[in-house]
Amino acid sequence: MSDFTGIFRLALQALIRNKVRSMLTMLGIVIGVAAVIVTVAIGSGARVSVQQSINSLGSNLIVVQPGSVTSTGARGGFGTASTLTPADGMAIAQLPGVSAVSPAVTIRTQIVAGDNNWQTTVTGVAPTYSFIRSWPMASGSFFTQNDVNDAAKVAVLGQTDVSELFPNGQNPVGQTILIKGVPFTVVGTLTALGQSSLGTDQDDTVLIPYTSAMQRITGQTTVSQLMVSATTGDEIAPVQTEVTTLLEQRHAIAAGRPDDFQVRNLQSIAAAASSTGAVMEFLLAGVAAVSLIVGGIGIMNIMMVSVTERTREIGLRMSVGARSATILRQFLTEATVLAACGGVIGVIAGFIGTFIVAALAKWPTQIPIAWVLFSIAFSALVGIFFGYYPAKKAAGLNPIEALRFE
Amino acid sequence: MLVEEQIVEQLSQPVVRVEGLRKVYSLGDSEVIALAGIDLEIRAGEFIAVMGPSGSGKSTFMQITGLLDNPTDGHYYFEGTDVSRLDGDARADIRSRRLGFVFQAYNLLPRTSALENVELPMVYAGVPAAERARIAHEKMGIVGVAHLAQHHPNQMSGGQQQRVAIARSLVNNPGLILADEPTGALDTKTSEDVMRIFRELNEQQGITIMLVTHEPDIAAHAKRIVTFRDGHVVSDHDKTEVAA
Repeated sequence: MSDFTGIFRLALQALIRNKVRSMLTMLGIVIGVAAVIVTVAIGSGARVSVQQSINSLGSNLIVVQPGSVTSTGARGGFGTASTLTPADGMAIAQLPGVSAVSPAVTIRTQIVAGDNNWQTTVTGVAPTYSFIRSWPMASGSFFTQNDVNDAAKVAVLGQTDVSELFPNGQNPVGQTILIKGVPFTVVGTLTALGQSSLGTDQDDTVLIPYTSAMQRITGQTTVSQLMVSATTGDEIAPVQTEVTTLLEQRHAIAAGRPDDFQVRNLQSIAAAASSTGAVMEFLLAGVAAVSLIVGGIGIMNIMMVSVTERTREIGLRMSVGARSATILRQFLTEATVLAACGGVIGVIAGFIGTFIVAALAKWPTQIPIAWVLFSIAFSALVGIFFGYYPAKKAAGLNPIEALRFE
Repeated sequence: MLVEEQIVEQLSQPVVRVEGLRKVYSLGDSEVIALAGIDLEIRAGEFIAVMGPSGSGKSTFMQITGLLDNPTDGHYYFEGTDVSRLDGDARADIRSRRLGFVFQAYNLLPRTSALENVELPMVYAGVPAAERARIAHEKMGIVGVAHLAQHHPNQMSGGQQQRVAIARSLVNNPGLILADEPTGALDTKTSEDVMRIFRELNEQQGITIMLVTHEPDIAAHAKRIVTFRDGHVVSDHDKTEVAA
């Protein structure tokens, strides 16, 4: 019979005739799928929250630092060489997978506003810096590319410097501050970020155009760092490789010679996040595989019993004209429908379980729809796989013997 | 041959014609000869009872006639076609279209309504659902169980269940109904009722029926009685011929 809906109906009727048994048979799959959904929900919820905290440090940040200089045998640390230029940064900005680049010229100095002065870190950066650090403005605006081109005397203040230089609560925007005796106009203030994960006060900073820093303060043509933002987390590793290759070309470093720069990222945190994710996924795969296989064996077991118990019925179906292929399809459909129903019920149970975990443990959860579909599809597959042998057994029965079976 | 002659030839074809039909089962080293060369014809409209003690080969004969099994040797022509060497699927297709079965144990699906039981052969024959219900109701009416359509087998008496089973055997308008000890599980009165239904189907609808039984009382309802012993036909008695 080619009529699939007919076979589907037959299978459904057979399952409905044995409601309790069908439910019990499904139970293994239900529990397996529910476990998968809950674990995935917790796992991906955890990953999202880790990702969020990484993003707060500056999304997908890669830092290029100059290498060390060696004088009379003593090697300086990283950053002691003066090799990185803004032109390097512009070249990096052209690479695929790079969304933004900002040079950074760091100067530790005293700044003065009226009667107040304060020791702080002045950093010369590009306007892209606020994007790279995901650092929004509290007031005013960030300086522009024109300011960079003109080496304009404009500055953006971190909140610590705002409170130290303007303790009486004046609006700093429009005020003038002195950096190493050079007057700069404050054009904006940054929102407070608080302490970094290393304990330094991120708000204790003044940002000025990197051109102004180089031309008016340091008098150098090199920068302390290049900050590079990759478009996505996955791009970090390839971008690092590309940056290294590019700078080796630009700096004419022969193969096998040490680089005069170093490319780093928030590797430790990213690695921790991805290893947590990998462990979680491994665990998931284990839970999923074990419980679904156990569920599948349950289905196979019950189907075997069912085939034996229904031997006479199979004999009758054959004698009234069912081909053995039709019998095979019918029993296979029964197993598949059982397993798929188990999958659907498991997903529902998984949603409920996830909701309870989220409510009781205040744990961030997220149920990826792909996993829901995958769970149901995989359940159906388990049904087909474990239903095949019993179905084959049913289809292979001899109708005469099957009819005589007591 | 003229077309008219071909049609006449077709019409006069026996439903069942077996020639030198043999069936041998091997049991380990020894062989059991169930059918030792049977020659027999069953014509359309006949009501034939196959009798014989157990081991006589009557059940084997019914299985081969019902296309549940192939003969070891010899030929079986069903409605003019040689079906002695068909494979399982081809035999299933003929069973689905041209044969009806009635068993001693009724063999109705449990926890399934009488109507659905009667519809079952049509599901495998691919008859559309609406058509199935219509035909099933019609056949259940013929055997007098239309009012039991929604009953499950465990809510019916043995006689009622067997009537439902007879309705099931009718739904494909079979060329031959094979009834294997259809009254074996019934009391005398119910047996008479069931046999009366078979007689009516034969006399009023012209349906060809082959009945397998070891009870002479039951066989007496048939028009022709063939007796098997040790794989041979030992008597073939046609009441209609005797009457004529």
